[in-house]
Amino acid sequence: MTNDDYSLSRRKYVLGAAAVLIVAIYILRLFFLQLTSDDYKARADSNAFMRRIQFPARGAITDRNGKLLVYNQPAYDIMVVMQEQVGVDTLDLCESLGIDTAWYERRMAEIKDRNRNPGYSRYTQQLFMSQLSVAEFSNFQEKLFRFPGFYIQKRSIRQYAYPNGAHILGDVGEVGPADIEADNYYRSGDYIGTQGIERSYEKQLRGIKGSEILLRDVHGRIKGRYQDGRFDVQPVPGKNLTLSIDIELQKLGERLMQGKLGSIVAIEPATGEILCMVTSPTYDPRTMVGRQRGKRHKELSMDPMKPLINRAIGGTYPPGSTFKTSQALTFLEEGIITPETAYPCSHGFHYKGLTVGCHGHGSPLPLVPAIATSCNGYFCWGLLNMFSNRTKYATVQEAMTTWKDYMVSMGFGYKLGVDLPGEKRGMIPNAEFYDKAYKGSWTGLTVISISIGQGEVTLTPLQIANLGATIANRGWFITPHIVKEIQDEELDPIYTQQRHTKVSPHHYETIVNGMQRAVEGGTCRAAHTSNYITCGKTGTAQNRGHDHSVFMGFAPRENPKIAIAVYVENGGWGATYGVPFGALMMEQYINGHLSEASEAKAEMYANRVINYGDYVR
Amino acid sequence: MATTSDKGKSVFASIDWLTIFIYIALLAMGWMSICGACYEYGEPRDFLSLASFDTRTGMQLVWIGSSMLLGALILMTDDRIFDTFAYVLYAAMMLLLLATPFLAHDIKGSLSWIKFGSFSLQPAEFAKFATALALAKFMGTYGFKLKGSWKNMTISVLLMLLPMALIVMQKETGSALVYISLCLMLYREGLPGFILFLGLSAVAIVVVGLRFSETPALGGLLTLGDVLVTIMILCFVGILHFIYCRPATIREAISEGSATGSVQSIRQRRRLYIALFAIGAFIIHLSASTLVEHLADHQKNRVYVLLGLRDDPSGVGYNVIQAKIAIGSGGLEGKGFLNGTQTKLKYVPEQETDFIFCTVGEEQGFLGSAAVLLLFLALLLRLLHIAERQPYTFGRVYGYCVFSIFLFHLVINIGMVLGLMPVIGIPLPFFSYGGSSLWGFTLLLFIFLRIDAGRQRLLR
Repeated sequence: MTNDDYSLSRRKYVLGAAAVLIVAIYILRLFFLQLTSDDYKARADSNAFMRRIQFPARGAITDRNGKLLVYNQPAYDIMVVMQEQVGVDTLDLCESLGIDTAWYERRMAEIKDRNRNPGYSRYTQQLFMSQLSVAEFSNFQEKLFRFPGFYIQKRSIRQYAYPNGAHILGDVGEVGPADIEADNYYRSGDYIGTQGIERSYEKQLRGIKGSEILLRDVHGRIKGRYQDGRFDVQPVPGKNLTLSIDIELQKLGERLMQGKLGSIVAIEPATGEILCMVTSPTYDPRTMVGRQRGKRHKELSMDPMKPLINRAIGGTYPPGSTFKTSQALTFLEEGIITPETAYPCSHGFHYKGLTVGCHGHGSPLPLVPAIATSCNGYFCWGLLNMFSNRTKYATVQEAMTTWKDYMVSMGFGYKLGVDLPGEKRGMIPNAEFYDKAYKGSWTGLTVISISIGQGEVTLTPLQIANLGATIANRGWFITPHIVKEIQDEELDPIYTQQRHTKVSPHHYETIVNGMQRAVEGGTCRAAHTSNYITCGKTGTAQNRGHDHSVFMGFAPRENPKIAIAVYVENGGWGATYGVPFGALMMEQYINGHLSEASEAKAEMYANRVINYGDYVR
Repeated sequence: MATTSDKGKSVFASIDWLTIFIYIALLAMGWMSICGACYEYGEPRDFLSLASFDTRTGMQLVWIGSSMLLGALILMTDDRIFDTFAYVLYAAMMLLLLATPFLAHDIKGSLSWIKFGSFSLQPAEFAKFATALALAKFMGTYGFKLKGSWKNMTISVLLMLLPMALIVMQKETGSALVYISLCLMLYREGLPGFILFLGLSAVAIVVVGLRFSETPALGGLLTLGDVLVTIMILCFVGILHFIYCRPATIREAISEGSATGSVQSIRQRRRLYIALFAIGAFIIHLSASTLVEHLADHQKNRVYVLLGLRDDPSGVGYNVIQAKIAIGSGGLEGKGFLNGTQTKLKYVPEQETDFIFCTVGEEQGFLGSAAVLLLFLALLLRLLHIAERQPYTFGRVYGYCVFSIFLFHLVINIGMVLGLMPVIGIPLPFFSYGGSSLWGFTLLLFIFLRIDAGRQRLLR
């Protein structure tokens, strides 16, 4: 061993001494804690802290005109401490609460089950029954002294001023084990937004919990507040939200859609703010509050018409002829057509034995009248010419990819990013999709129906409305969103940034001309008004069973205030429901009310029922 | 000297049974504490109900049983595989750590748990032995010198920093800090003592300075923190001067060849260094308090509470206060097995994991908790003894790693429960609930015992 090694090996004494020293200090500390002072013993025997959570009020929600939509109302939870509730007259308790003994037994077993209630302890308050109304509670409170171990905790539940907008507003429910594990904020028995904006803006709406520190004795009895509340923290109420929804417009939309399946979405083009989002069938949000929520939710989830789905963002449909506008834009930008290009149409498109039918109109037609009359032949020829153009695209796959990129730039094929849960992306096929489906052997002709919004293409009603907004803006849109303002907080920047499509603004002007012609003398004549210029496009989406009735449009032509999509499942021609609904909605929003004649028309449509007996999906 | 025929027997006989005895004693006391922490009044207290698998006490028995099996398996292997596969194990473990945040599901902000069916494993617990093996292998290469080789020093430190960084990415800062303790091993292997001294004194100065930064002293001109830090620095200067500037020490250094020049010149140079140290210490103190002073109020409070420097009954401090009450109420003999009240009423959060020592304090009293501390001390001193008897650097370095890791866990965990250390969430070896940490510590310890058991053969 060298001298150096020897001096290093002496270092074990330094390390050993350090260990001995630390253990000695710790034992000394234990000595002082445990043996010299009775203070801790006394505190443990008589007093200890208990932290009681104080729940903040959830943020209120108003519409774009400041009308209150959602507010809070006091409700009461009944808590139980197992250790203390021995000897309670169960029958009396059940009678006072209006429950049966079987429910009582089941609930007690649930509370004690640690798998379902991981935070269970016999000594702390456990949630027994939640969300009693003031009336139910006052009845119980009188008898509370008879039930030792039962306590009351004040909470607030949501209340709704209107029976409308259930899917937008969403609802609030008890947190599940997964929520508790994912976020430290939640404890068993807390509430969390489960649907709609209650869920997507949960962090803003929930506020910050406060706490009181109480002193509790060894039997769990409360002895008072620790240091007179010096360490108490007041709860911070949740932030208020202003929606971009116009509740009157929403109301009219829901009224029109009664007895029909489908959706109406309106957007303010300049801001991307969603003015209404109607989905039908719907339900009254006021029936989803309090203790009946569970039962009501189950009923709705069993309904074959699926009223819990928000069809405006969660339903994907063939867009039908409304999609032709996006095709014309693509062909113009790619130079496949000019506004003057005319294609023949003799009751449809005929090529190599394939026929896509069309209704009777003049032939051949240039672009503007082709849009106004919704000529199928025109757009089939356009797509065929694009996909078989081998000077511009080396392969049909390359043409398809180019086409797909245009569609994606218009907000199709992917989620738009609306601030609501449950958005679907719809379907824009790409080259790989068809390579797989047709084993690599396909042409423009194989996929011709995508040019008229049929075949593999599907969009959500929100995406169709957004197409309207993009045309209204001549080439850009802002991601549609439903929250206009958050109290003391900026909106997410994605809801203020313009997203430009791949088509230049001047081509949009041609499409706008076509859509104006459609209203003034084409398929959308019913939408014509004298006050302002409306632009529109119908769609009649083919379907197993009866066709879907679709309308997409905006008004006024210059400085548009509203862009809209109407989708009525199995409603027949676009002109049957789509056009009149769109016209009524635009009138309501632009004028602020309906004229007498329009009101009568709205009432007539509201009472019409489409029989879905055969088409339930 | 043993002959080849009874080689197996001699390996068996060279196992350090004293360490295994301490290990089993700690496991037994650990299980009793888990029982105390998880037990509820009114439930049956016989062994069979405590061992039932749907309770945490029963699950802990499974972990204990499997750990002992794991230990036995390790003792039956050939000790040379640890040397041979050290780097492979280290690389595999680092890859696992790297992958963990992507595979893990978020448990209260931590991304360190991987789920297998109904079990979760924490790979960070198994990275300790792999890192120790890699360090031992690297430093055990022939002719290795830590002192005077910047390259060797850098590689050793990097071997420690890599798992630290990966664990920080899993948001488990506590587990990452454990690797700092390996500096103790570096010290044994030649890291100059003054580096360790500088590190420790910097931490001490910052903590003491902040702890008393709000108590005025000397008529409000300075804070009590300033005064205490000044006193500390003066003491450090005195100690350093005493150690390094005595003519005897300097002459020794000259004879060892680690210093050149006349006694007078070396002495002057060393005094200059000590003065620099004092100035540096003041700068650290001032910058720490200025930095904290400029934080927003809630951030400042967070720093204080995280450092465990301020009582905050509504936040992190709540745990510490409840822990002190639980331990303090234990008295001399404790309240008896399963009879603690503070732990039964769930006053102490994390009482079966990080705050398990509370249950020992409350139910076993001063006698029980002092006994646990002394058992840990015995284990640590035994580890030092075994490490020093290793014939090769590989075994010694690994042993010092084991020693350092156990010491760190003990000091931080029990110090935190006693309110002497900041609240850093790391488990108490053999006591805290959970399979990952128990398996991790068992692997760490038994690999060392296996290496040690082979020392005779290596000498032959």
